[in-house]
Amino acid sequence: MDLKNLTVRGHRLTGKNILAMLIFLFLATAPIYMSSFRVNMLGKYMCFALVALGIDMIWGYTGILSLGHGVYFGLGAYCMAMHLKLEASNGELPDFMAWSAVEKLPAFWAPFHSSVFTICAVVLIPVIFAAIIGSLTFLNRIRGVFFCILSQALSYALATFMIGRQEYFGGSNGLTSFTTIFGFSVNSPTTKMVLFYFTLVFLIGAFALCTKIVNSRVGRVLIAVRDAENRVRFTGYSPAVYKVFVYCLSAALAGIAGALYVPQVGIISPTDINIAPSTEMVIWVAVGGKATLVGSILGALVVNFTKSIVSEQFPDIWQFFIGALFIAVILFFPGGLISIKDLPAKVIGIIRKKSSKADAADTAAVNADAREPKKDPKVSRTPVGKGGSV
Amino acid sequence: MDLFLMQLFNGLSVSSILLLAALGLAITFGLMGIINMAHGEFIMIGAYTAYVVQNIWKAVMPENIFDAYFFAAMLAAFIVTAAVGLILERLIIRHLYGRAIDSLLVTWGISLALQQTVRSIFGPTNVSVSAPAFLDKNIQVMGMFAMSGKRLFILVMAAVSCLLIAVFMYKTKQGRNIRAAMQNREMAASLGVNTAKCDMLTFAIGSGFAGIAGCAITFLGPIGPTIGQSYIVDAFMTVVVGGVGRIIGSITGAAIIGVGGPTFEFFTSASLGKVMIFIVVIIILQFRPKGIFSIRSRALDD
Amino acid sequence: MAEAVPVLEIRDASITFGNFRAVKNVSTKVYENEIRFLIGPNGAGKTTLLDAICGKNRLSGGNIIYRSEGEEYDLQKIKENKIVNIGVGRKFQAPSVFTGLTIFENMELAVVRDRSVFASLKSKLRKQEIEDIKHQLQFVGLYEMRNEYPTVLSHGQKQWLEIAMLCVSKPKLMLLDEPVAGMGRRETQRTAELLKIIQNNCTIVVVEHDMQFVKEVATLVTVLHDGELLCEGTMDEVSGNQQVIDVYLGRGGE
Repeated sequence: MDLKNLTVRGHRLTGKNILAMLIFLFLATAPIYMSSFRVNMLGKYMCFALVALGIDMIWGYTGILSLGHGVYFGLGAYCMAMHLKLEASNGELPDFMAWSAVEKLPAFWAPFHSSVFTICAVVLIPVIFAAIIGSLTFLNRIRGVFFCILSQALSYALATFMIGRQEYFGGSNGLTSFTTIFGFSVNSPTTKMVLFYFTLVFLIGAFALCTKIVNSRVGRVLIAVRDAENRVRFTGYSPAVYKVFVYCLSAALAGIAGALYVPQVGIISPTDINIAPSTEMVIWVAVGGKATLVGSILGALVVNFTKSIVSEQFPDIWQFFIGALFIAVILFFPGGLISIKDLPAKVIGIIRKKSSKADAADTAAVNADAREPKKDPKVSRTPVGKGGSV
Repeated sequence: MDLFLMQLFNGLSVSSILLLAALGLAITFGLMGIINMAHGEFIMIGAYTAYVVQNIWKAVMPENIFDAYFFAAMLAAFIVTAAVGLILERLIIRHLYGRAIDSLLVTWGISLALQQTVRSIFGPTNVSVSAPAFLDKNIQVMGMFAMSGKRLFILVMAAVSCLLIAVFMYKTKQGRNIRAAMQNREMAASLGVNTAKCDMLTFAIGSGFAGIAGCAITFLGPIGPTIGQSYIVDAFMTVVVGGVGRIIGSITGAAIIGVGGPTFEFFTSASLGKVMIFIVVIIILQFRPKGIFSIRSRALDD
Repeated sequence: MAEAVPVLEIRDASITFGNFRAVKNVSTKVYENEIRFLIGPNGAGKTTLLDAICGKNRLSGGNIIYRSEGEEYDLQKIKENKIVNIGVGRKFQAPSVFTGLTIFENMELAVVRDRSVFASLKSKLRKQEIEDIKHQLQFVGLYEMRNEYPTVLSHGQKQWLEIAMLCVSKPKLMLLDEPVAGMGRRETQRTAELLKIIQNNCTIVVVEHDMQFVKEVATLVTVLHDGELLCEGTMDEVSGNQQVIDVYLGRGGE
């Protein structure tokens, strides 16, 4: 308790912050010692880490599980892809439209000629969409699993829509074969490197922003919403407004991530935004450790890196692996990777319980923590040394 | 108009399948607070069981009683999926009671593993099951449109299953225990209801009916390892719209989702159908955030 | 305090759930600095009435008027969180605090006046607010534990934390549902003291079963039975009322 009070507000050198710095350092120096193929993969994972940050804000801190973040990722990605597609078509009709016998460019495609409009759209369209969906659900107190199911249906509906609209969005093939981004060749090593560092800057910026929000009173209100929503309401806050705010924030992060993903990966298709990838996004956060921002970044990087390795070597096992990961993390390891440091204490607690029962009170607390991860403040949130200022 | 009636009728058979799937989902959610994402895979397992039974039947039974395979398949589908459900409940699900969101993620993991298991055994390509000959006929209704015998059979099957569940829930002692545990678990337990047994039984029965639904979908087309996933979203939407804890809710939800989808598709286009249904569900929930038939409670945080 | 205007005026309020009429045509007025107790057997509609005042339930008939600083509000037309922001605080029967926040942070959320997202992003606690929290926590004896999480608190301490949160938000009207349930005699005594201090700048409506506690702090008592108002008066008047004895006190004050 006293240790916590020693640190100066805003400049805490906690383990988590050190970990974050190490991760960013690793990412920043990766191009020096990794092949361009791996660096490109890392760039992709950083996009996923951006999405994971947003999901952590809404799930880890606010307790709302969205299984439809592929939608916001997809909206951002499709906006960018439409722009790239127009750049690649040199003023002519994009190739897939010609195949579907579309004769004139649809009106909603036209603004995407402008790169400024596109850059605004990758943030604004997901945010507006999230604001509409969020208001319709949160204001009417649709919550818990009802919201989960709706969000899942949302990504299913959007993916089905995209698949069905071959002539407008390229159907199940999605949008691909880009040539340039804002005039620079997407395949040139320099562009790739610029995109990589651009993504890193966004990731660091998003991390800083989320950290700031979590450490502000908004962060405390979000945690309060997660713990006792009605109490928040009867303390004079509007939980719905806070929920819409954080939902829009996470949608914006996902949208930006999608827009950065497209030029680096070269394709976006409905498969990337459907239920399965949307649900997988959640497990990144769970693996890293929810309600710890750095945990979600770590989780996104680790899970996707593992995915690449495993599916390169043994393509058949990946699905077993990810399935087992879901089960194992939620059931046995709810704190995620971040909670590894607490593991020795828990093990000692269990051993002590077995060796002597006299010491029951203390170990009971440890075991209670193990059983009810949500209630464990150490796992579920970053402590804020607020009381120290009194 | 004929085409529309036909669509509507096809929608009804989809409703029936959704109903079979949703009943299990709604009851397990109401009773245990479990969101079972692997329920779709129980449908898939039911379908593959029908496929296996058919092939065995073909190999060992005389040809003239081939059609009877279907009843064996239905029984087998129920037993196999109920058994799989029972095993999962004992191994994993029971650790998740009351943790709806956690259970959702864990069962999603289970569903991925089950899909891959089936894919490893039967291969990734779709397989098809041939329906009994006596169902392969169309029935003319008032000379207006033809009802496919298969779809009619699905309808009847759903009605019978529904009736069985209703009788079980409202007329038997076990059903009464389940309803009691649903409304107040602690109270039921202190009155001597074995809630663990209730949970186990309910989960197994719910899974079993998903298996029957799986049997039914083999009539509608070829089956593959991911077929469950295409039903699970609609099945959950059914539960959300209908509300938890009452059979009538699931029936209403299934009717809305199952018939609404094809209707919208008929009037707009296939790709918009899902979007329209989503909008309709959102609109309904604006007025009934917990589904059309929800049970009202006085608790502060429920 | 001449020409007293009631802070809270319930006019002919009825509440129905389906076919069940939980509250039937109840009217009463609560004046400034009063500690009003609502008593009555279980199911009399006490909590339901409190719920209606704070906006959790809606009336099926009648209305509830609340007056503060010269303004008059029809509480039926205001959202729950707005009701809190015009000065009506509510404590629920089961203690409900934020377990993921420290005790100090729990208080912090209650003390601030501007509760919009924007303000929560920007503003820090003012000196006065920190002082208020300190003072309040010291009073309920939780100051030393301010950096702990509420999971370590006993049932009674959680009740106090919740009451402290209410107090620090300085409501004009405070609604308490069984504040001393689960407290020992000494803790109850302390709560009584606390209420008497709060009374100086706040009006309080309490639902309570603990008759000893009611006797100690009540200015006026309203007895509800089967959703109807049975009688109203000081504790002595009420306990002398034959009807009340029949339905409630006669049964040993369950």
